[in-house]
Amino acid sequence: MDILKRIMGYVARYKWKAITAISFLVLLISLNLVTPYLTKILVDDVIRGGKRNLLVPILIAVFGCAACRGLLSYFRSYLFEGVSQKCLYDLRNDMYTHLQGLSFSFYDDNRVGELMSRMTGDLEGIRMFIVGGLSVLLENAIYFIGTTIMLLYLNVELALVTLAILPFIAWVAIKFNKTIRPAHSEIREQQANLNTTAQENIAGVRVVRAFAREDYEIEKFEKENRLNQEKNVNASFIWAKYFPLIEFLSGFCAVALIGYGGWMVAIGRITLGTVVAFNGYLWMLIMPVRMLGWIVNIISHAITSGKRVFDILDTGSSIKEKSNPYSSDEFRGDVVFENVSFRYKENPILFNININAPAGKTIGIMGATGSGKTSIINLIGRLYDVTCGRVLVDGVDVRDWKLSALRSQIGIVMQDTFLFSDTIEGNILYGNPDASREDVIRAAKIAEAHDFIMEMPQGYDTIVGERGVGLSGGQKQRIAIARAIVKNPKILIMDDCTSAVDMETEYEIQKALKKIMKGRTTFIIAHRVSSVKDADEIIFLDNGRIVERGKHEELLALRGRYYELYMQQYKDLDEFQSDRQVM
Amino acid sequence: MLRQRITDDEALEKPFNKEQFKRLLSYMKPYKKQLAITLVLMVIAAVCGLLGPLILQIAIDKYMVREKLLGLMLITLTFLGINLLSMVCVRSRVRIMVVVGQEVLFRLRQDLFNHIQKLSFTFYDSRPAGKILVRIINDVNSLSDLLTNGIINVVTDVFTLIVALIFMFSIHFKLALITLTTVPLMLLVIFLLKRTIRVRWQNVRKKVSNMNAYLHESLAGMRVTQVFVREPETRDLYRQLSGDIYSTWMSAIKINNLFWPSVELIAAVGTVLIYWYGIRFLDQGTVTVGVLVAFTGYVWRFWHPLNNLANFYNSLLVAMASTERIFELLDEKPDITDAEDAVEMPPIKGEVTFDNVTFYYEPEKPVLENINFTVKPGETIALVGPTGAGKTTIVNLISRFYDTVEGRVLIDGVDIRGVVLHSLRKQMGVMLQDPFIFSGTIMDNIRYGRLDATDEEVIEAAKVVHAHEFIKDMEDGYYTQVQERGSRLSQGQKQLISFARALLADPKILILDEATSSIDTRTEILIQEGLKELLKGRTSFVIAHRLSTIRNADRIMVIDHNKIVECGSHDELIEKKGMYYNLYKAQYKYLKAI
Repeated sequence: MDILKRIMGYVARYKWKAITAISFLVLLISLNLVTPYLTKILVDDVIRGGKRNLLVPILIAVFGCAACRGLLSYFRSYLFEGVSQKCLYDLRNDMYTHLQGLSFSFYDDNRVGELMSRMTGDLEGIRMFIVGGLSVLLENAIYFIGTTIMLLYLNVELALVTLAILPFIAWVAIKFNKTIRPAHSEIREQQANLNTTAQENIAGVRVVRAFAREDYEIEKFEKENRLNQEKNVNASFIWAKYFPLIEFLSGFCAVALIGYGGWMVAIGRITLGTVVAFNGYLWMLIMPVRMLGWIVNIISHAITSGKRVFDILDTGSSIKEKSNPYSSDEFRGDVVFENVSFRYKENPILFNININAPAGKTIGIMGATGSGKTSIINLIGRLYDVTCGRVLVDGVDVRDWKLSALRSQIGIVMQDTFLFSDTIEGNILYGNPDASREDVIRAAKIAEAHDFIMEMPQGYDTIVGERGVGLSGGQKQRIAIARAIVKNPKILIMDDCTSAVDMETEYEIQKALKKIMKGRTTFIIAHRVSSVKDADEIIFLDNGRIVERGKHEELLALRGRYYELYMQQYKDLDEFQSDRQVM
Repeated sequence: MLRQRITDDEALEKPFNKEQFKRLLSYMKPYKKQLAITLVLMVIAAVCGLLGPLILQIAIDKYMVREKLLGLMLITLTFLGINLLSMVCVRSRVRIMVVVGQEVLFRLRQDLFNHIQKLSFTFYDSRPAGKILVRIINDVNSLSDLLTNGIINVVTDVFTLIVALIFMFSIHFKLALITLTTVPLMLLVIFLLKRTIRVRWQNVRKKVSNMNAYLHESLAGMRVTQVFVREPETRDLYRQLSGDIYSTWMSAIKINNLFWPSVELIAAVGTVLIYWYGIRFLDQGTVTVGVLVAFTGYVWRFWHPLNNLANFYNSLLVAMASTERIFELLDEKPDITDAEDAVEMPPIKGEVTFDNVTFYYEPEKPVLENINFTVKPGETIALVGPTGAGKTTIVNLISRFYDTVEGRVLIDGVDIRGVVLHSLRKQMGVMLQDPFIFSGTIMDNIRYGRLDATDEEVIEAAKVVHAHEFIKDMEDGYYTQVQERGSRLSQGQKQLISFARALLADPKILILDEATSSIDTRTEILIQEGLKELLKGRTSFVIAHRLSTIRNADRIMVIDHNKIVECGSHDELIEKKGMYYNLYKAQYKYLKAI
């Protein structure tokens, strides 16, 4: 009930519209209730009673009623739609704004597809409740009460006889909705499976072909396809079982009316007009009963959907700004890690990390996959919060910083490169919307991206991303580097960002980066010794602990892990040197 | 500066195309019998529905007014029977048609899927994956209603209209004519309004799909947005897209909701007309009270079929757009197919020959020109050269992912265009730059290399490529579920898995296309060791940057400007002081410099 109350809270923002719509509704129904009564007068008094002078007024009344009904029902539904769309608009924006504030760990746990379904299907469920459930519920309740009163007024006995069947209709209608609902969600699930199977087949086409697994894929898809067919047939069979039955039971009311009502007319207990009027009212009564299942369905749907939506709105971000956060125009770029430990979902990732990176210095971070390199740099921009210890930027705990002030000074090139479906220029400008074309080109040149961009048919205006031209991993990385450079940040963080770039290009990028790294605090995560060799301090991580640290030469002298790695990577160099011809 | 580049460029509807409609109907051919039965059932149900007002009329005129109780009872029972019959008919109809319709959808979808398995990379290179997916899923779905209900409904609706007309004219000719005067008005309203309504809802759909596309991307890229502090701009853009939906929706509703009030109004006109003239006929004694009541019932029964016909027309246009896309895909000719007289590839020994091979996508942009070489079984060949020189194309031609434009590719002296594609590829192993991981367990992913491999064999393969270490540390080991394009695995881990997969396939010819680029150095060294074992006794082609890998190859081919410019062992090429020498020296320079 709390959920419905919360949904109603959104409706209440537009209460005057809603109230007007409801009053139109009440008027509308009253008019509808009058119409069959007019028919009764027409049949009994005008036709059979011979009061022909009443014909014109009655016909005018019939037409007038219809005209008013038309107007009222138009404005009523327009208003209801308006309210529901406004609420939907508000909810959508609230959701989106809220999602923007949620931290990285939220996105680690929630898949995009799942969030999408909340933002589309579940919000639609709520809209249906507002536009359909709410107004239909009201409408039918009023109809039901109004019609019952009218029928009882016309003739109690006939009313009771014809209405005897109603509870059965209600029972079947509710049962129908209860059965069909799981069947429909099964269809949706199966469609998702079907989708995944086809999508993977297409995305993985090279693997499928390379292993000649077409038959296996066909078999896999056919299984899902067949299941999809079965679920659909199943749902339709449920429909076929209940729906005609409801139809039949509704028709039974008319049968009872003709039989019993006819008998009452024949023996003169009621007039023919009463039967005709009854016939008119009957449908107004049967409809709400038949709708009962639907309404129950909409409401329960809105409750589940509402819960899923409000769950997100109630999720607090694990990263919260202080009430009076620190920000400063003077940003130097000192970064200090003080006894930092970090756990992620009970898994210890980092232990007791101490780093001092004064403004302008370069820190190289090395270590095996999973040793905690990325976690370290994620703590600087406060993408996650430390478990113990402190991370200080310009001497201020990052938890005291105003998030936007902190992050706007940090440029990160992430390991997983994500580009938006926009032009290359638009993607680079994402780092700094105010940059000029020249800035963009300069950044692209530093990232060694300019040449391949110019080779594209539309150059910087080429659309890339999921819906655009496909780029190689190395090309994406280079655009991402340009994006971070154009931001002109005080702190530059590069997380293994040249892994998919060939050695020559990497060399050129590094050469160019060195120039712009001056005056910036830089963190470089790399696998190749060459990338971190010139750093002011190199940190070697193993299982979340710093096992070696120092300058290149110091670490080599240590003859430890770093040295080992160096030797492996420079084996090639030795081999070169053994090639006397080259020397 | 932030823009919304996502627009829907698929046509939402297409004009009626007879040929394609016929082709679609041909899928229903095997079910002629079911269709015939359904039609009969629907006609019966329609007649039953139309009998309602007639029965009320008879009951009033013959029995109620004349106080004949026995007749009243009989007609009541008849009415009950008719309702029962109608229920049975509707139920059976739905059951038969849904089976037929779903079977057709199943077939159509399966045909599409089977067909795209035959299409070559050229097809996939030229369009985004999403577009292909939409054909298989959404386009087929959108035919569902047309196939299960639409076509049959149209036939019955037309039939209902005719029967209703016959009923009315046989009861009272003049009154029928008077009732029909409202029909042109109805038609006008239906077709005028429906068209505008259709267009406006289309706008809504476009806006919704735009917003969803944007939302999807924006959620996927939320981390980037947060890191670059671009929340306010993206929020404004979203708000704007969301507002677009609101305004297009309301503009659709404005017209959409006119429909039923107009219907009511016209029906009221009809009712008034019937009573106005009906009373005169009543006084002349040509009609009865029951007839009047029945006629007012029939006025309403015109709307339903007319409305259905208009809706059918609208949905037909939408279905035509889907149909066109579906058949367009089905008609896509696979450009790499088994020759008619293709033979099974005998067990490969491993000799690979390029005989005057030329390849290009567009004639003015050659990719490979007159390539000639022979590789002996068991040799390891390193392909070296600048990006875009054609290295990847050479290896793609060996697996026949593309066909040569001129010349031949021979394996063990057999032209690969003459053998069954499957038998060829089954014996080859290809490892790509961007490893693909299927959703499922790690075990399943490795087993993809050889479906009948036992768990032990899978683990053995993983051990050889040193993937075992990280897999055993995962929460469920080999049974860990990896989902959504393997998002829980790092790039290096994905590559290790794809290595194990290739190893398990035990290929005779092995192709490594920069397959080791993102594995961290430590792991890569382990892999190099594993690969040394793997390469033994297999012909292999390696595209790599690492010099040690290149140096250890039996032969090195230097590709530049679409040609093999040098070929020989490391020592030979160094001595030659040609392009390889220069490349090698340049690399040395880099290495020394950094």
